Amino acid sequence: MRRAASLAAILYAAAIYGFVFLPVAVLVTFSFQGGRLPVPPFDGPSLRWYREVLADRDLMAALANSALVAVASSAVAVVLGFLAAHALSRRRLPGAAWQRALLVAPLTVSTLIVGLGLLMLAGALGLPKGLLLVGIGHVVLNMPLCFAVIFAGMTEAQRSAERAARDLGAGEVAVLRLVAAPMLAPPILAAFFLSVTFSWDEFIIAFLLSRFDVTLPVEIWSLLRSGLTPETNAIGSVVFLVSIGLVVLLEATVFRRMGRA
Amino acid sequence: MTAGVEIAGVSKSFGAARALDDVTLDIPAGAYAVLLGPSGCGKTTLLFTLGGFLDASAGTVRIGGRDMAGVPPAKRPTTTMFQDYALFPHMSLTDNVAFGLRMAGMGRRARRGRAAEMLAMVGLPDAGSRRPHELSGGQRQRVALARALAVEPDVLLLDEPLGALDLALRRQMQEELKRIQGQVGTTFVHVTHDQEEAMAIADLIVVMRAGRIEDAGPPQRVYAAPASRFAAGFMGEVNLVPAEALPQAGAAPGATLAIRPEAFRDPGADALDLGSGTVTGCAFLGTHWRAHVRPDAAPEAAWILHAPARGALRPGDRVALRVARDRVAVIA
Repeated sequence: MRRAASLAAILYAAAIYGFVFLPVAVLVTFSFQGGRLPVPPFDGPSLRWYREVLADRDLMAALANSALVAVASSAVAVVLGFLAAHALSRRRLPGAAWQRALLVAPLTVSTLIVGLGLLMLAGALGLPKGLLLVGIGHVVLNMPLCFAVIFAGMTEAQRSAERAARDLGAGEVAVLRLVAAPMLAPPILAAFFLSVTFSWDEFIIAFLLSRFDVTLPVEIWSLLRSGLTPETNAIGSVVFLVSIGLVVLLEATVFRRMGRA
Repeated sequence: MTAGVEIAGVSKSFGAARALDDVTLDIPAGAYAVLLGPSGCGKTTLLFTLGGFLDASAGTVRIGGRDMAGVPPAKRPTTTMFQDYALFPHMSLTDNVAFGLRMAGMGRRARRGRAAEMLAMVGLPDAGSRRPHELSGGQRQRVALARALAVEPDVLLLDEPLGALDLALRRQMQEELKRIQGQVGTTFVHVTHDQEEAMAIADLIVVMRAGRIEDAGPPQRVYAAPASRFAAGFMGEVNLVPAEALPQAGAAPGATLAIRPEAFRDPGADALDLGSGTVTGCAFLGTHWRAHVRPDAAPEAAWILHAPARGALRPGDRVALRVARDRVAVIA
């Protein structure tokens, strides 16, 4: 009876993991396809399509754009989120609860709405579509998340250490730079890495707000329009690999430190 | 460096609650002052008013003769040793201790040297490269002390600094605080609810209750001749007797007599005879007997007295109640 139950549990777990990871496994597998079509039968393994990807200048340019937008927009989102979280947790601000809700609210708004709104606003202001605008869009998207993660990481011990720093003659900038930010390093890093992964994968805003310089998801989308080839699988695998790499990095640096503290 | 503290008519309200109620107090430069009282008596509020973490609702605070109104903590000649130590966990001990000097613009080399001196003074030489999480509670506290003293404040504020330590360590740290205070000469203002601690280290004890000062003076005086019934009780066990019950003491009617239990132990030649009493309970404490006695003069009362360790005591025994005349304090 117990063996049957544990067998059922194992099958159940296997089904779940299969459901979640099979599409990715298929994508990665057929990125090593030898032929022209990413469908069975598998005739690899071959690195032919990875060569194609590396030789594709548009794809490589898009990859660089994506990395730039992800890192820059995440850095801005983290700085803004940190300052907001610090102010709301340390000072009595008018309507603090409302301000907190207002800061987190964009999380609930669909990216399509955010993107459309930014598109219309940029049009009205005469801002050209491009990577800068995509970056601004990603800051809008990620700042609420950064704020929420960093705000949740604020503790009484930090407040006390900040007070001690002021007592010892530190000005507000020194308090933020030398005490608050270093003590909040784990949530700040977590927010940054999460932001980077979200920005790295984001399609709708990037699609709506870019024109000639595009990010990787937009470039992949235009590749897909001209038909499936194992090249899209290969670039998809690269994207996946980067995301996984970020998550592993996050796990190794941030959560290990959080666990120890 | 050192400076006196003058507190004049300071009040502080939190909404409707009055945490400090017209507090006036002078702490001479170089004194070791202890603010003593139960939780919620306003002692920490008063300390934080000195440090600049709270603004007084009324009254003035002067340190070294300078009015502190509107002066932020960073600009005051005070530093604070916080109850939770508030060390910077991401910095080495050297960087912790040198933090205030860094803020004051001292060069890296000079401040590292000074930090090493301070760590040596608090008994942690050669520990500069360690981090706060590697230390025990007592060691953290030493670092907090070194950090607060490194900038040579005129006044050091200590907020229940020994509260988290076990008894043996607390005794040891009391002596050390006293030694260090003597060495640096800084005015110390120390908050505690432990009257033994207060007596062990203070030059000036300030007993507080409900936002007011009940009594302030040298420990011996506050213990022997307290200014209020509360101060008498908070400083240790005491028998509070209405003056009417003991006319032989010669106090004015309406006053209260405060008699410490140990005053019964060795009445001496000039003794005051308070009649006799019956022992209702007793315990042997090594240095003396501690007994509850029902005095004939006030049969409804239960006095506590100490009797010499030699000799035996049993419930039901009759004892003579004689105290040294100069150890009966009168509280108006």
